[in-house]
Amino acid sequence: MTQRGRNLVLLAPAGAWFLVMLVVPLTVVLIFSFGERGAAGGYVPAFTLDQYANLPARWTAFKNTLILAPVGTLAALLIAYPLAYFLAVRADPKWKTLLLVLVIVPFWTSILIRSYAWIFILGGRGIPALLDWIGIGGVRLINTPFSVLVGIAYGYLPLMVFPIFVNLDRLDKRLLEASSDLGAPPWRTFLQVTLPMSLPGVATGCLLVFILLMGEFLIPALLGGGKVFFVGNALVDLFLQSRNWAFGSAVAATLVAIMLVTVTAYMRLIRRLGAQREDVSLM
Amino acid sequence: MRIYAIFVYLFLYIPIGIIALFSFNAGRHASQLQGLSTQWYGKALSNPFVMDALETSLIVAFVSAICASVFGTMAAVALQGIRGPIRVVFDLLIYVAVMIPGIVIGIATLIGLVTLFDQLNPLVASLWPTDAPPKFSMGYGSLIAAHTLFTMSLVIIIIRARLAGMDRALTEASSDLYATPLGTFRQVTLPLILPAILAGFLLSFTFSFDDFIIAFFVAGSETTLPIYVFSSIRRGVTPEINAIGTMVLAVSLVLLITAQLLLRNGKSRT
Repeated sequence: MTQRGRNLVLLAPAGAWFLVMLVVPLTVVLIFSFGERGAAGGYVPAFTLDQYANLPARWTAFKNTLILAPVGTLAALLIAYPLAYFLAVRADPKWKTLLLVLVIVPFWTSILIRSYAWIFILGGRGIPALLDWIGIGGVRLINTPFSVLVGIAYGYLPLMVFPIFVNLDRLDKRLLEASSDLGAPPWRTFLQVTLPMSLPGVATGCLLVFILLMGEFLIPALLGGGKVFFVGNALVDLFLQSRNWAFGSAVAATLVAIMLVTVTAYMRLIRRLGAQREDVSLM
Repeated sequence: MRIYAIFVYLFLYIPIGIIALFSFNAGRHASQLQGLSTQWYGKALSNPFVMDALETSLIVAFVSAICASVFGTMAAVALQGIRGPIRVVFDLLIYVAVMIPGIVIGIATLIGLVTLFDQLNPLVASLWPTDAPPKFSMGYGSLIAAHTLFTMSLVIIIIRARLAGMDRALTEASSDLYATPLGTFRQVTLPLILPAILAGFLLSFTFSFDDFIIAFFVAGSETTLPIYVFSSIRRGVTPEINAIGTMVLAVSLVLLITAQLLLRNGKSRT
């Protein structure tokens, strides 16, 4: 067998998997989104834009997602950046690897269990009980946008720290020394050297977190208590409870379309900013 | 700076610690600590629903991790030697499989497979010689297939990174010395990428074992452990969930640390 033939045989199972489990299902979603709902749920073939016209019925879910996903991304960034900076620039090299692993490991453990922990902490007998004890009564934290944001920041922190760390870790530390040798105070070194050079890592981290948040279901389901819900929660409702597959498919297709548009626009913006910075450094 | 870092680590680990602490609660109330005991572990482990769900999760995680490692490794090795449109298509598919939200994968798999089965089942029934034809339905197969889609892409990414860091001269030398392609793979490539394959296997296992959202859509009448835990939480917080949660976290932690060590050792050897 030729080299090429052998490679094609090796690729066959993966290719078949992608075809049957990815290409065909996504195509079916797209086709269904132009169909109609069956009398007993499910799907009836048709070609209509009714499902898309009906999207405003789920406007709240889209609105919540489009507000809380960026805000949650920002919250994760604000917590993650100083930690990534500490790990990359300040931490003792001996402990660096261990400390980094300690940040990443939670991300790979069950997000279900980790979000569940916050039901405990933010629920009636958790922090509100403590606040009550020191005299601040009547605080409700669970099932609010705040509790959902805490869950998001907590759940996605590791994913945000990692790319920023990698970026800062590769940064040539002599640049920082040069900056301070030239008399720049630490805050200026940070603003004019460290921060601009770490932007690619920030961009990657934000992108990863934002993409995952767009499809989030568990955190709003557990910590939003039906009051704060995302598109993901609407999708679970449409597919598993009301079995409205045609409308559900339209919602899913719209979600993916919004993701594609925002992600593409975001990457363009980042690239343009990156290009500008290079122009400046050339002068 | 250091104090800030300590706070973030506390933020990351206190919730996990609280779950673990309350799983040893002697009392019946989930959020009131009344002495320590291991009774909830005993209760969880003797609950037939928990054990059934655990069994399903373990079988699905194991089979899908095997499929992902084998097919993912094959694809990663083949993609090394392929240029042109096939490679572009595969790069795109891997990217889409990793980037698309799990919930969309779950939905697409659900309606894609149900539609496919609705077409296939009458066909099989008409061709089957006896009155009891096999019937395709959602369950183990769809769980394994859907998890493998994501984890196989993950394995391909991990192994390609490893192959990219490998010295090409090694495989060239091997074939110059008249080793067959299979011989080169077995004696040169495989030993070098083995840590990455094992790490990929462990990550795949962990992903599948912990996955809730894809399984929620494609599990059919089966119940995986995360699905069981989710529906229990819906009914109310109990110390039993804390015990199950602690065990799940402990299993993932052990697997993850092993995977990390494998990836690190592999790197330092070349």
